[in-house]
Amino acid sequence: MSKPRVAFFSFSSCEGCQLVVLTLEEQLLELVTLIDIASFREAMSEKSDDYDIAFVEGSITRTSEIERLRTIRERAKIVIALGACATIGGINCLKNQFEMEEVQNIVYGKMAEKFDTIPTRPIEAVIKVDHWIHGCPIDKDEFIEVTKALLLDKKPRIPAHPVCVECQMRENVCLFEKGMVCLGPVTRAGCKAICPTYNDGCVGCRGLIEDPNLSSHKNLLNEHGLTVDEAISQYMLFGGNSKEKYE
Amino acid sequence: MHDFHADIEHITRVEGHGNIVIDVKGGKIRTLRMDIVESPRFFEAMALGRTYSEVAHITSRICGICAVTHTTTSIKAIESALDFNPSVQTIKLRKLLLNAEFIQSHILHLYFLAAPDFFGTGSVFGMVGDNKEDVLRGMRLKTLANELCALVGGRHIHPITLKIGCFSKNPEPRELSDFKKRIEDSRDEMDETVKFFKNLKIPEFERETEYISLTQPDEYALYDGKIKSSDSGEEIETSDYLDRVREFMVTHSTAKHAKSKRDSYMVGALARFNNNYDQLHPKAKESAMEMGLRHPCYNPYMNNIAQVVETVHCFEESICLIDDLISAGLKDEKREIGPKKGRGVGATEAPRGTLYHEHKLDETGKVTYANYIIPTAQNLANIENDLLSIVPTLLNKQKEEIIVDIEMLVRAYDPCISCATHLMKVEFVNE
Repeated sequence: MSKPRVAFFSFSSCEGCQLVVLTLEEQLLELVTLIDIASFREAMSEKSDDYDIAFVEGSITRTSEIERLRTIRERAKIVIALGACATIGGINCLKNQFEMEEVQNIVYGKMAEKFDTIPTRPIEAVIKVDHWIHGCPIDKDEFIEVTKALLLDKKPRIPAHPVCVECQMRENVCLFEKGMVCLGPVTRAGCKAICPTYNDGCVGCRGLIEDPNLSSHKNLLNEHGLTVDEAISQYMLFGGNSKEKYE
Repeated sequence: MHDFHADIEHITRVEGHGNIVIDVKGGKIRTLRMDIVESPRFFEAMALGRTYSEVAHITSRICGICAVTHTTTSIKAIESALDFNPSVQTIKLRKLLLNAEFIQSHILHLYFLAAPDFFGTGSVFGMVGDNKEDVLRGMRLKTLANELCALVGGRHIHPITLKIGCFSKNPEPRELSDFKKRIEDSRDEMDETVKFFKNLKIPEFERETEYISLTQPDEYALYDGKIKSSDSGEEIETSDYLDRVREFMVTHSTAKHAKSKRDSYMVGALARFNNNYDQLHPKAKESAMEMGLRHPCYNPYMNNIAQVVETVHCFEESICLIDDLISAGLKDEKREIGPKKGRGVGATEAPRGTLYHEHKLDETGKVTYANYIIPTAQNLANIENDLLSIVPTLLNKQKEEIIVDIEMLVRAYDPCISCATHLMKVEFVNE
């Protein structure tokens, strides 16, 4: 069997998720014996339009990106959204609270109209996505798990339980007990609860789980003297594209 | 070659999307520009209206490579707006994290992005065949730096523990002393790194320009300092940064350009080396000597070598910082600071050059104004001036060779284009 051809693409993002792939270091060298990398602009000069699997990082924020993304979809058999910008829109959605004209004016002033921008959207708002690797940034073990599954022709498993479960498994003291807002009870796991482990409330970068128990989360906030407004503000950092889901 | 046209679309092995367009007719340059086509991301707008404690979550996402520097700089700007001075412990932990990011970022650039050019290959994967041990050494050093970042910051890309006035979780003294040993054990690998880069044939080219960096009386300035220009030697306060950094817009770039006294200037490792050479660690100075980097140096390709020198410096500096932290003992610090109305500017050296963040806060701690000036944006005008100067000297070469030389020059600046594409606002009325 010929090796699958894999390509990496980035749209509006910090390219941090591709960097996570580069931090695989020696594992990456092993991986490239199993696949052919057709395109990885951040790391290599060679590029080809012939690929089977496309990892797409970044959200869509310009008209020209829509066409580029559709072309990738046409060429690839499998498209994977890589990281929060691609999976849920992520931090780039913060600009959606303004009119685009206002956003352009704030940054570029008189030359604003020369710099086209459209409201931020995750890539599945434009094309069909086959798999998702969540997080800002992605977790490298999860990247390997998903890639392994794809190479074995299996469906990658995405955790359905909340961050709270992983946090309890690490025996962390609950951040609510410390009077901090945490979105761990409603956010999809897979990050090993890294932020609460370092005493920082979950900001929901991996998106909401299916059927989150929002009323219980709101009760938890109330019980600890915290407000729903504080939680919404925290949720909006990454979840601006789906505010209604949290409310 | 009297007529020459090249459209280099999406320069590879740099962070973000940039193109170079060159058009030469009858031996004269008619067009030469570096188009920055990265999508603008509008961070200065995204921060508006956010609570001061949330800002670092946002600004960290400007860049995956230098997330530590962005987070640190943002927090410093906010602390300055709140009139708050962090403890010595917090400053030392931040410096340790910053040194780790410098090692990580420089090693990534040197081994993975720059080195393949010297071996006639398009990527680090192409070097594995003949230079596997060198590639593995680069990977081991990068892993070391990533893990030091993770020990102090929780993770390297988008650090977690950096907070206003404190760290949300301190590393354990044992973990720090274990790590110190790992750094000491890796000194041999740094010696090998110096030898490896010493043997690369760096292109010869000189163009003296204005060099701008932070400077400090008592240390090689990375974490903080006054702004120094090589032109006058004059030092100004970071809060007056707009007197030194004058941004301007060009239509071919979603990143703004900047100038100071002349029509362009350089920031980054070579600028710091030129401005603050005396304060480098003696081992770093020795490595500069060994690799043929003399002070001052006007060859932008040597920015790569200045990065190696700084990596040696950051190794030694990290060891000293760990010693200081362990001997002073680590205490938990408070988290509740502010809110308060005010304006603050933070400036830090990022691996690619001086980074400025400015924030204004209202009484409730909401951001009413944000301005971020990114190293790569400051370098763009200087890269174009270098290209204007070097292209006429290359015209006797084949087109492919010319393109390689040009790409290598751009790469030597270690540009970070996603960082550079969201710039300062011109005016805002929400105050």
